[in-house]
Amino acid sequence: MKELIKKLTETYGPSGEESQIREVIIGEIKDHADEIRVDVLGNIIARKAGSGEKMMLAAHMDEIGLIITNIDDKGFLRFSNIGGVSPFTLIGERVIFENGTVGVLGMEKPANLFKNEMKDLKFNNMFIDIGARSKEEALKKVRLGDKAVYYRNCDILGDCATAKALDDRAGCAVLIRVLQNLKSPRFDTYFVFTVQEEVGVRGAKTSAFGIDPDLAIAVDVTMTGDTPESEKMAVELGKGPAVKVMDRSVISHPRIKEMLIEAAEKNKIPYQLEVLEMGGTDAGAIHLSRSGVPSGGLSIPTRYVHTPSEMASIDDIEKAANLLLCVLEK
Amino acid sequence: MDVKEVLMELLSTDIPSGCEVDRAQSLVQIFQRYCEDVSVDKLGNVIGRKGAKNAEIKVMLAAHMDEIGLMVKQIDDRGFIRFSYIGGIDHRILPAQEVIIHGREKVPGVIGSKPPHMQEPEERNKALKSEDMFIDTGLPAERVRELVRIGDVITFKRKPCELLNGCFSGNALDDRAGVATILYCLEELDKLQFSAEVYAVATAQEEVGFRGAIVSSYHLYPDIGIAVDVCHGNMADVAEEETHKLGKGPAIALGPNIHPKLFNRLKSIAEDYNIPYQVNPEPSATGTDAWAMQITRQGIPTSLISIPLRYMHTTVETLNLDDIKISGRLLALFISSLDRGFVEGLRCY
Amino acid sequence: MLLKELTEAFGVSGAEDEVRNILKREIESLAQFRTDALGNLLFEKPGKGKRPKIMLAAHMDEVGLMITSIGKNGWLKFDTVGGIDDRILVSKTVVIGPQKVKGVIGAKAIHLQEPKERETALKSKNLYIDIGAKDKEDAEKKVKVGDYAVFDSQFERIGSDLIKAKALDDRIGCYIITEILKKDYDLVISGAFTVQEEIGRRGSAAAAYAIEPDMAIVIEGTFAADVPENKEEGYSTTLGKGPAVTLMDKTYIADRRLVDRVLQVAERKGIPCQLRRTAFGGTDAGSIHTTKEGIPTIVISVPCRYIHSPAGLASLTDIQNAIDLIDALIIDFQERGLGR
Repeated sequence: MKELIKKLTETYGPSGEESQIREVIIGEIKDHADEIRVDVLGNIIARKAGSGEKMMLAAHMDEIGLIITNIDDKGFLRFSNIGGVSPFTLIGERVIFENGTVGVLGMEKPANLFKNEMKDLKFNNMFIDIGARSKEEALKKVRLGDKAVYYRNCDILGDCATAKALDDRAGCAVLIRVLQNLKSPRFDTYFVFTVQEEVGVRGAKTSAFGIDPDLAIAVDVTMTGDTPESEKMAVELGKGPAVKVMDRSVISHPRIKEMLIEAAEKNKIPYQLEVLEMGGTDAGAIHLSRSGVPSGGLSIPTRYVHTPSEMASIDDIEKAANLLLCVLEK
Repeated sequence: MDVKEVLMELLSTDIPSGCEVDRAQSLVQIFQRYCEDVSVDKLGNVIGRKGAKNAEIKVMLAAHMDEIGLMVKQIDDRGFIRFSYIGGIDHRILPAQEVIIHGREKVPGVIGSKPPHMQEPEERNKALKSEDMFIDTGLPAERVRELVRIGDVITFKRKPCELLNGCFSGNALDDRAGVATILYCLEELDKLQFSAEVYAVATAQEEVGFRGAIVSSYHLYPDIGIAVDVCHGNMADVAEEETHKLGKGPAIALGPNIHPKLFNRLKSIAEDYNIPYQVNPEPSATGTDAWAMQITRQGIPTSLISIPLRYMHTTVETLNLDDIKISGRLLALFISSLDRGFVEGLRCY
Repeated sequence: MLLKELTEAFGVSGAEDEVRNILKREIESLAQFRTDALGNLLFEKPGKGKRPKIMLAAHMDEVGLMITSIGKNGWLKFDTVGGIDDRILVSKTVVIGPQKVKGVIGAKAIHLQEPKERETALKSKNLYIDIGAKDKEDAEKKVKVGDYAVFDSQFERIGSDLIKAKALDDRIGCYIITEILKKDYDLVISGAFTVQEEIGRRGSAAAAYAIEPDMAIVIEGTFAADVPENKEEGYSTTLGKGPAVTLMDKTYIADRRLVDRVLQVAERKGIPCQLRRTAFGGTDAGSIHTTKEGIPTIVISVPCRYIHSPAGLASLTDIQNAIDLIDALIIDFQERGLGR
């Protein structure tokens, strides 16, 4: 699992530019699925055929990032955010483009910002420096519209992994493991690695319409309340995967919620219950598809979400995969 | 139909958004008295049908059954409960409310906060925020943990009461008043001739983004969709032009969310039958089921009528029972007026 | 001139009738058309029936005002429809309702203001429209609650190559589509003049659901901020540098392969073309590209300065280049298919 998480989190894949991560994931699952297709928006839809109801599992493969909107005469790049990036997490950060170009985040009038107006820091006071001396030199490496992601390795700290993009490569790892190990599915199961979740659950919307499932579970990360003076939230790292009750995009359907809780209790897998006050998941789009799809979520407790150093417990991720297998196996 | 009685019956079940699947049954029983058949869909929408099957005209009436509420998000070492919101809660109404936690059994509690005596004067001028408050059940922590889980819903204790001149007050009148209006309309239809197939839908999860309306209107894909909801009634501290008067009939909406021909028809029927009504200009999003219905599939001609309601999203929402009857009758006369030509004309601009 | 007629027409979101009627007249002899439940004008020109079936979309609606109440003295209170900067409202003339009543948005004279008041932006909530009515009753003869109002603004040519008008966003797109429909292709050219884009891209969702195209081209008027007091990196688009292709906005991320294809076609044909260089805003592409199982979508915009105001500016050359680019693009799709 450690290797898989490292591989997935270190791969490039901002919303709208998911081809590299798509290739990596297809490489992991191609020998295990009955059929695999990629749809118009770029979602991977892998099916493990079974009789009975159609179950859609979704984990998003995109990550937050930056998009280049301007290159000036001196070769500095201006950008806009893709999804929930904060200017503050960018200070001193390095980013990497699809072609491997690395850039450093700089800001205008840094002395003034550090002294007085840090709260005013906005993306348009920041720029990316790729070491180019001119526009021409910059253009050899980066074009307008190219996208960058945090440039960080995955480190293993005890039982924890810390990396960029655990949101939601942790969920992708769960789906991959489940697909690799699922023998006789209780449902006609669709494993969907979705695109563009971070900009508004767009991939989940189109893939759910196409699959038209009877049930759905989104596997994503959730926040925790176990760090010093954190927001009040009952989820902790290392206490098992969290069964979603509610977030801003979905209130879990009782059938899915009970299905997950029952499987956890029957198989003695520790679990937690999640009430997330910010953010949403793919289930938000899926449950409103067509005439409605009973949907819920299984979440990986994750600290420091949307920073370059998200942190999750590998044990929680493994237990999430085990729990999901218990639900899906006949 | 005794409007007050039906309203009380509708209020007898607590249905915070998301609980519809488990709790729709109580509404099903009420709907069965007014509909030919009743079903519950995957998100818990209650769908009643009345009138000729597979008729040429299909009308959907939608009023949401869900109400705002709270949800358990954390239980501390001493058994105090911290909560999250379901839907748009004004945190200023929370202090000193009596609540019910729907745990393994119903657990009563009160919302507490640090006593005012212990606060600095400037602190007392500030509204309490949700993080300053907690629920006290009076039970030992172990017992709380046995009875209550993270994610359990919390509702406000109901104390409906009748006021002067047909006014009625309580929580969740947004939008059980709409549901009652639809039932009244169905009963009125028995006195009239109509050729449409009418779907009466008590929608789920409106308060968190009209989610039930999205899927139920996709499923039914009616020729006409009418949402019945509440609008702000006249209040002492709000400019008159921003509200609608209680007891003066429904507010009929117009604006981009509303098909102009439906507005005109509703208005002319009200005028023909001397039914009082008010005009409700809505420049953009109406924030009701109508907003979702209109852009379903290839689009649905949509309308919205609203019952004036004071103090929306508090536990003392107040309306006039006459408005429910007037609105129900208007809807029935509207449905009875429909013919195929009119419906086809809705797609001709 | 059609562009003059289109931009002067009355068409606030939800009341697009005038614009729709002009467009119906224009495309009557060019394509089959119908309206839908929301008021979208859907069209199809079958050509030789070849695929990919292309959807062209431009929105008919414009931002404006709605009358929300009429006061005792006959003054009209209003609310904005769509994104209007409240600060531009004061001291403007408007046209209200089906009777096209003229009104003015006045404000307390500068002489009567406290110094502090002058620094505070006026909010639409505090403003009102004066139609010269004696009292409420008098006003109600001309105006009803719920009537829409638009800026009273005439189309003019100014400078050497520019036009000045309201509603350039997106009557320019409507105009461009009528020009494209005059041309003959082998492909099925379908599409919609959509309603209610300005209040949340509402018409296009229903239109795309009905049309089910293989791909879509959304044609817009987009903001050009190439003005003093703005840095070059905030220009987004520049007037006169050709139509702009969108990479990303708040509702949509472009498929880079499609953007590159547009740029290649432009280069091959020698048509000036620019990339839109900010990620703000949204267009009908937001709802179209996620319709059903997903629709590949391109956004091509004509740069407009002072968008959403009574006096926007756009370049006629940019408009012609946009027409040429879309024409060339359709021919490219005809010759090489969607190529995915």
